[in-house]
Amino acid sequence: MTTINWRRTLTYVLVTAIALAIAVPLAWVLFASLKRKSEFFGTPWALPEGPHLQNYADAFVTARMGQYFLTSVLVTLLGLVFVLAVSVPAAYVVARYEFRGRGLVEVALLAGLFVNVNYIVVPIFLMLVGWDRALADVLPGGFFIDNPGILSLVYAATSIPFTIYLLTAYFRSIPAEYEEAAALDGASRVRIMTRVMLPMARPALTTVILFNFLAYWNDFIIALTLLPGEGKTLQVGLLNLMTAQKAAADYGRLYAGMVIVIVPVLIFYALIQRRLIEGMASGGVKG
Amino acid sequence: MPVGGTAVSTPSGSAGRAPVAAPSGGRPRAGGGRRRGDGVFVLACLLPALVLFAVFMVVPTVNVFRMSFYTWSGFSPDMRFTGLDNFARLLDDEQFVRAFQNTVALLVVVTVVTMGLGLFLAAIMTRQRLRGRTLYRFILYVPSVLSVVVIAAIFSAVLDQENGLLNGALRLLSLDALRQVWLGDQQLVLWSVAIAMVWQSLGYYMVLYMSGMASIPEELYEASALDGASAGRQFFAITLPLIWQNLRTTLTFFVMSAVNLSFVLVRALTGGGPDGSSEVLLSYMYKQAYTNSSYGYGMAIGVVIFAFSFLVTLLVSRATRREPLQF
Repeated sequence: MTTINWRRTLTYVLVTAIALAIAVPLAWVLFASLKRKSEFFGTPWALPEGPHLQNYADAFVTARMGQYFLTSVLVTLLGLVFVLAVSVPAAYVVARYEFRGRGLVEVALLAGLFVNVNYIVVPIFLMLVGWDRALADVLPGGFFIDNPGILSLVYAATSIPFTIYLLTAYFRSIPAEYEEAAALDGASRVRIMTRVMLPMARPALTTVILFNFLAYWNDFIIALTLLPGEGKTLQVGLLNLMTAQKAAADYGRLYAGMVIVIVPVLIFYALIQRRLIEGMASGGVKG
Repeated sequence: MPVGGTAVSTPSGSAGRAPVAAPSGGRPRAGGGRRRGDGVFVLACLLPALVLFAVFMVVPTVNVFRMSFYTWSGFSPDMRFTGLDNFARLLDDEQFVRAFQNTVALLVVVTVVTMGLGLFLAAIMTRQRLRGRTLYRFILYVPSVLSVVVIAAIFSAVLDQENGLLNGALRLLSLDALRQVWLGDQQLVLWSVAIAMVWQSLGYYMVLYMSGMASIPEELYEASALDGASAGRQFFAITLPLIWQNLRTTLTFFVMSAVNLSFVLVRALTGGGPDGSSEVLLSYMYKQAYTNSSYGYGMAIGVVIFAFSFLVTLLVSRATRREPLQF
């Protein structure tokens, strides 16, 4: 009996240590975001003397994190709309219809799972620059680079394989009787897809939305490449803040910026964590 | 990178040859049989996705391979075909060799530690039914929802030479001898990156394995406990074989996502420095393309990355092949 208790205690200690290794730096960032500049020269473990909220005002306004926040929201939402609009019908058709070339489509999409966006971001960038140059007479300002809409389109396009893969598997698991009954009642194909199948695929849709939301919101490589101008996303803004603060040694604004980036994701995570973990176990692993 | 727990059914041979919208062989389908206009409907549903996929994934992927045979210094129209020259140059490029070594080292260390620790923790947490499991699970999963920029910012705060948490803690504990320039030392920087990578992914895999292990029937453990099997023996004889398929899929995809994660993290945390000592394959490709404007050379590195990830994936998949077990 004692060995078992020992073991349990040891496990608690180990797991608690790991949990602390995650929680302490996060809590520290929160505290550091409330410190004055002078406080950063003492020991990093001291608590802030008082809530120095000026850091947040600086981050939001001077460092333009407020503006970047809106860009990120826009790009993420648009990306989700795009990816669902094209992937849901495609996945449904692949799951339920026989057509010539279906095997090829499935294999191509499956291969697409193995192509990471970051492998191909350079050619994507060059392609968009090329399009801009070709259209220089019509649109001298350029259209494809520095366009949040195009960025969300690239996000959507590069997550199509994963999205279709997950949705197809789910559509296939739904018995066909529902559609047959609806067809007998005279429902059109579009109606069957949107009114019968789509509501039943809610769990898979939620999973897809969750993982794509995190991917779009957290990306910075593609955003850094495709939005080189003033209109940045939140992650790129934070990266700039990081570089700037290293030189200026004025850390308060950086940590306030980090809190601004972390808090929405944490709230989102807390709200949907059960779904997220279930979704991960049932079909999608994303890393 | 996504992985499925559910297998995608392999397309049957007949599907390829069947006429457009022919009635399916075995699978029941909407409407019960072929209807007029099925072909148009299929095309309308499929086309937008396929066009986007082709334009933003297929074409750029092909371009990586095509551009690797050219010498091209950016935006000038002057593109010279140089065959395999770019690849020949790679072999003599010390920076490239170093980036390759770093990538392999990170891959091996991070995979072994993350998978090993993740499995171990998942096993003890599942078997021992710790109190507060939900809370632990919640906290351990948090790094997986954070962006890499945030993680890089956290680690530069933790590892900062002067005001960092780690060095600060060592000073408070009067262990000044252990203080290090974590991100500025050529020998240490790669380990710092490895630690950040494990910090980011450990909880994710742990939660994943926990959900796999939760579905193993309790009777198996009870029966083997009656036979006097120790917890360690149960782990190797029951738990591990039964989640093997799960482990295998995650391992394959972990390798690929680690290639990517190492790049994103290095880009945000160290910029490849000091002096190229934390450069990885993707970050070196990025640097050649954007900083050095050697697009052709950069894409040759891209080809190496594609080939490398493909080979590693194949190797891992071969090496871990076992007969699937059912409970």
